[in-house]
Amino acid sequence: MKTRQSQKAPRGTGRRVLSYLRGYRFYLFASLFLALVTVLCTLAIPVLIGRVIDCIVGKGNVDFPRIFRLFEMCVACIGTAALSQWLMNIANNRMSFGVLRNLRNDAFRHLQKVPLSYLDSRKIGDVVSRVIADADQLSDGLLLGFTQFFTGILTILGTLIFMLTLHPAITLVVVLVTPLSLVVASFIARRTYKMFRLQSEIRGKETALMEEAITQHKTVVAFSEEDALLARFDDVNDQLTKASQRAIFFSSTVNPSTRFVNGLVYAGVAFFGALSVIAGGSGALSVGELSCFLAYATQYTKPFNEISGVIAELQGALAGAARIFEVIDSPAETPDAQDAAVLRAPRGEVVFENLSFSYTPERPLIDNMNIRVRAGEHIAIVGPTGCGKTTLINLLMRFYDPTGGRILIDGKDLRSVTRESLRHTIGMVLQDTWLTSGTVAENIAFGKPDATREEIVAAATAAHAHAFILRLPKGYDTPLGEGDALSRGEKQLLCIARLFLELPPVLILDEATSSIDTRTEMQIQKAFSALMAGRTSFVVAHRLSTVRESDLILVMRDGKLVEQGKHEELLARKGFYAELYNSQLQRAEKKEAR
Amino acid sequence: MRKLIRYLSPYKKEAILGPLFKMLEAFFELLIPLLVANIVNEGIANGDRTYILQRCAVMLIFGVVGLVCSLSAQFFSAKAAVGMSRGIRHDLFARVGKLSFAETDRFGASTLLSRATADVGQVQTAVNLVLRLFLRSPFIVFGAMVMSFIVSPRAALVFLVTIPALSVVIFGIMLVGIPLSRKVQGALDRVVLRTRENLEGARVVRAFVREDASVREFVDENRELTHLQRFSGRFSALLNPLTYAILNLSILAIIYLGGKEVNTGNLRTGDVIALYNYMSQILVELVKLANFIIIITKACACAGRINEVLEAPEGMKVYPPENGDTPQHVSQKVEFCDVSLAYSKGAKEALSHIDFSIPSGKTVGIIGGTGSGKSSLVHLIPRFYDVSAGAVKIDGKDVRTLDERALRSRIGVVPQKAALFSGTIRENLLWGDAAADDDALFAALDAAVAGDFVRALPGGLDYRIEQGGRNLSGGQKQRLTIARALVRRPEILILDDSASALDYATDAALRRRIATLPFAPTLFIVSQRTASIRDADLILVLENGEIIGKGTHEELLETCPVYREIHTAQFGNGEEVGV
Repeated sequence: MKTRQSQKAPRGTGRRVLSYLRGYRFYLFASLFLALVTVLCTLAIPVLIGRVIDCIVGKGNVDFPRIFRLFEMCVACIGTAALSQWLMNIANNRMSFGVLRNLRNDAFRHLQKVPLSYLDSRKIGDVVSRVIADADQLSDGLLLGFTQFFTGILTILGTLIFMLTLHPAITLVVVLVTPLSLVVASFIARRTYKMFRLQSEIRGKETALMEEAITQHKTVVAFSEEDALLARFDDVNDQLTKASQRAIFFSSTVNPSTRFVNGLVYAGVAFFGALSVIAGGSGALSVGELSCFLAYATQYTKPFNEISGVIAELQGALAGAARIFEVIDSPAETPDAQDAAVLRAPRGEVVFENLSFSYTPERPLIDNMNIRVRAGEHIAIVGPTGCGKTTLINLLMRFYDPTGGRILIDGKDLRSVTRESLRHTIGMVLQDTWLTSGTVAENIAFGKPDATREEIVAAATAAHAHAFILRLPKGYDTPLGEGDALSRGEKQLLCIARLFLELPPVLILDEATSSIDTRTEMQIQKAFSALMAGRTSFVVAHRLSTVRESDLILVMRDGKLVEQGKHEELLARKGFYAELYNSQLQRAEKKEAR
Repeated sequence: MRKLIRYLSPYKKEAILGPLFKMLEAFFELLIPLLVANIVNEGIANGDRTYILQRCAVMLIFGVVGLVCSLSAQFFSAKAAVGMSRGIRHDLFARVGKLSFAETDRFGASTLLSRATADVGQVQTAVNLVLRLFLRSPFIVFGAMVMSFIVSPRAALVFLVTIPALSVVIFGIMLVGIPLSRKVQGALDRVVLRTRENLEGARVVRAFVREDASVREFVDENRELTHLQRFSGRFSALLNPLTYAILNLSILAIIYLGGKEVNTGNLRTGDVIALYNYMSQILVELVKLANFIIIITKACACAGRINEVLEAPEGMKVYPPENGDTPQHVSQKVEFCDVSLAYSKGAKEALSHIDFSIPSGKTVGIIGGTGSGKSSLVHLIPRFYDVSAGAVKIDGKDVRTLDERALRSRIGVVPQKAALFSGTIRENLLWGDAAADDDALFAALDAAVAGDFVRALPGGLDYRIEQGGRNLSGGQKQRLTIARALVRRPEILILDDSASALDYATDAALRRRIATLPFAPTLFIVSQRTASIRDADLILVLENGEIIGKGTHEELLETCPVYREIHTAQFGNGEEVGV
């Protein structure tokens, strides 16, 4: 049914899932045992009731003492069945939610160790959906599998055995006719699958159109295009209506059809059962047994329908499991070397030695780059947007390893020191600011959770953030949710404050582009200057003054390092930098000078 | 919900026939136990094989008739429910197009979208269910009871206890379950947030060596989630065992009472079997009914949200021309007369006492920090919002007295966020003027410094833009939106920070070309860069919705400290430089 949709899970996925169940062995066996008890009791009740009915023969011919004895057994069975079913449900709950938790923890833990190239090459939403939705699908599948699959199969087997002991021939009627409902159900499901796919395709189109019209409402209105859009919408809307009506109708024929097949079984059992009662003799049914048989006949078909649903669910669960295992099994970062040194009291001298790098072998980006940055020097990285300035940051922070050559910090290869000490040595403020959902104070103390309030305020003050923080509704304790009221510039000030708590000797800074409002930008600028004083710094620069005052300018274009040198040298070279400078900056300066 | 019912009226026939057929099916289902009773009482008791055959044949016929009935019911209700949601979506879409900006701002795009999709979907599902179940389930439950009363009034008394008892258990568990599952959802949302946040900030997390702390936090949130899931699961796991026990105890009771009746000669064995069968039927339907009531409650909330949009005030009032509005002799003069704007009553003013005028063909530059009111100011010209005090006048006429569409057709607006629609470049440009030919389009493109790159694209004007313009760069999108506005050859052109993604060179070229447009529009340029507006005839410096500086570039450098500050920040102290 759903098989075509869900891609096949690779071999061994099932075994992996079982390994997660290992810690829940007790619950697993308890669940299986309780399922057996539940099914046995449930199946015994129609038999007992049948016997009760056989005690009710006619006027003055009702065997009450025997009925009461049977009732006692009935009540015992009912109680046991109800209790064991409840306990079984609880066991299944513990198991599937426990597996779910362990899986998610493992996945999250692993995600802290994957190389950044793994995250960069994937959509965040996709990874999140693996950790959340796919894991959920697996646990739902497990839960359903345990609650319905085992009881279903046990019920079918049990019913068969009970029926066979009552009357083999009539059992044959049930066994032969029942599969018909499965055939009908799977036939309809196969047919409607296409219809539903068509429906969701058209719905996707319609949603896209609505999204455009709504998010760009101002433009639509400014150009008075409402009516034209509505006509387009109606067209898609009509298509959707047609497709939905078909899909919904055809899929809703499953229940009536299976009910009809069940009706056939019921009539068949009634007919042959009644004939058998009349025929009498050994092996014939009693009236009570007939009623028991009728009860079984309705009960027998139900698990079949359930199981076919459960199988689809289990396939989905395995596919989900495979997707989350893919995350857990992705190769982790090469761990720190065993003899990795800890950078102690670093001065901040950085050397790129014959450095080469590329994300993919086909596109070499940095080729044999050599620079020597003395402690305290300022480096500007310039180039048009999207020129790959982040590549250098990636290499310095060791988010990526170079493909050739090496980077030395205080004379030590980055790969020979622990990541932890390296990252304590380098501080970073990016333009794409990232804050966690927590209070302002928690965000500032991100790198040093045990910081005192005094330290936090001092850091915020140094970063020129104190004033605006005080204006927030709860000051330092204002929670930052998604889509909060902070402007981009203010967020960046918070990120700068983070660094002031523990000033590292090397800095990577990303200057704001024009979309930050000018006054905040000035404050950011002042904060940057304060940070940079006496520290080695790499600045992704947008402003002229920063560029001109740096000790070295690295010019990037299309992800590649194309030139390096001081301002005057680069201008004299009349290369890309000179071109960039003349087109973007000089004009403004000339006017200024006039 | 009640207000949405009118969307069913084109499907009145289907909406009545659906439940009716469903009821018929249920009716035939209710007759089956009587047939079984007949077989036992008459057929078996008298050993009459033909009678048994007849009854079983009737059973089959009932089955076939029931199948036909329920198929028709499914057909009619699917048609009615889907048709209804089609009508709702149409009206929603039409209404959203007509909403005033104040309203769309109030709702927000994602809210509107989720109401038009998810909420309408919920309503459709619920209506479909209502049409199918709203007669069937109660009919079976009460029908089974009535039939039992017909068979044996005394034994059927059990129903009077069973139905309320089952209802209490089912509804009770579901009602308590809803807030529990909401709590679970809340915990899950937190886990999702943690995961997403952590992955998005992977660089920062690692830069600050916070991996282990993140894991600890995640494990805590996750533990909380598991705890809630188990708690809520333990509770909902009660449903099946409890209802099972109640139902089976009721069966025992009804058989016992039936047995007593048989003993006194009022009933026969087959009737007891019928009573047993009727009792078994009600559980499934009661569970369905409970589910169905929950879905209806949810759908009612959805319906309320949909209605809120459908009933939102449409567009804006047109005011009669005031007597004081005498047309002025200066053509195309744009005038702001002591304008103030608050987006909603009682809210802080976004603009206060804005007062200036500009003659036709001249350029106004507007500069200020984020939130200073720059966009609000230019949005008043095409009357995207109504002023709360004062008046915006074009040619001496208050914009509120003009026909909205006629007014907007004279204005070219280039929004801050480049908004293009999926479709070809030509389709997008024709929004400006549906009658424009390719020459006119290229003239506009060239003026927007977009001609060259469009010519270089495969298909040129017929190049397909994907949703949201994903296959174009930010700068390309901005230039296309500028061209779209130019196609219209507007009398007034508004560039709302529309060149932010352009580099300085392109920006300069763009301004040069716009300054020499043959139709010489009155130009409003909103920008954060002084470079973009320094040549304007009039520059307005905004801060907190007020004009704090007004004049030309040179004048403002002298008189307006904020302007000077902004300018210095962007260019350094220019006088010292000379290349």
